[in-house]
Amino acid sequence: MPRHLAIIPAYNERGAIGATVADVLEHAPDFDVLVIDDGSTDDTAVRARAAGAAVVQLPFNLGIGGAVQAGYQYALDNGYDIAVQVDGDGQHDARHINVLLEHLRANTNLGMVTGSRFMAESDEDGYRSSTSRRAGIRMFAWVLSRLVGRKVTDPTSGFRMVRGRGVELFARDYPHDYPEVEAVLLLHFHKLEGAEVPVRMRPRTTGVSSINASRSVYYMVKVLLAIFVGLLRARPVVEAGDPAAVTAQQTL
Amino acid sequence: MDNRIQIVAIIATAVGFAVVFELVRRRRLLERYALLWLLSAAVMLGLSIWRGALEEAAGLIGVAYPPSALFVIAFGFVLLMLLHYSLVISRIVDENKRLAQRLGLLQQKVDALVAEQRTEEPREVEALPGPRT
Repeated sequence: MPRHLAIIPAYNERGAIGATVADVLEHAPDFDVLVIDDGSTDDTAVRARAAGAAVVQLPFNLGIGGAVQAGYQYALDNGYDIAVQVDGDGQHDARHINVLLEHLRANTNLGMVTGSRFMAESDEDGYRSSTSRRAGIRMFAWVLSRLVGRKVTDPTSGFRMVRGRGVELFARDYPHDYPEVEAVLLLHFHKLEGAEVPVRMRPRTTGVSSINASRSVYYMVKVLLAIFVGLLRARPVVEAGDPAAVTAQQTL
Repeated sequence: MDNRIQIVAIIATAVGFAVVFELVRRRRLLERYALLWLLSAAVMLGLSIWRGALEEAAGLIGVAYPPSALFVIAFGFVLLMLLHYSLVISRIVDENKRLAQRLGLLQQKVDALVAEQRTEEPREVEALPGPRT
């Protein structure tokens, strides 16, 4: 029985969730699939179940951070040793899960491996995004690279795999609204090393991104604030039964 | 100080104090959130009645017209209150999130257990009222 879990957060993804789940089940057979239905108003949960996933339905929309954290709590409760996040909209290619897994297994010092859009050799049919969003991503990449002391090329990638203590950490303490950037820093504070591997992401075919143009400014300011507050915040090492990490996030 | 403004201030703060007290009495407002209101109302009432104290406080912060000092102090309390509620809301949002996560996980566990039981003893469970769908 596999002790690896694929966490798929989904909010109103009825059009893509079935294919996404099937994709993971087919190409990453070592992984159980858990869909977090983040208070969808459509039949995302039904379709996810039909496709063969376990489904946790949140009673109302918590946002990506709260949804993903529920996934890590499930992983911790059920004794999974490795967990990977996969977007519910099908942007992440499930075949790359094995690439992340191999990299994590080959490097026992690593706590997290992230799939990066911006490391691929050829950008030909790679990921396209607006110039303003790219500028934002580049700025976060620059700030994070300096803070964690390694090159971070894709700080906003939600395609990431953690093991053991990383699962435990994220189950107890995970950033709110836009968690990807902060999670990199959180891991760093807990002395868990991260690395990136190149992946290709597909353009979104259905649904809408949680970040639209008018919110991107809010996104940047909020995450920058979180980064700098995070730098000054005491982050105790998470141990079983230690509530300190959870209470630390209450101050945000 | 003009007498009228003193009377208005006394009446306004006394009414404020009474309203907060009544809300607590009717259990519409929790004591812990009433404390700051009652404290500010008490201070404002005290300063409205006791002119000497208000004049001293005004002189201390360099306000020439004592009734203005009353507004400055009241504004300070309002800011304090707002900050207090920001803290309360932040805590509630976090607790709310954890509750929702817990609820979702427990529901999933219950559904899985019910499904498991159904496959194990189909006849017995069929006799029971159907599970939530």
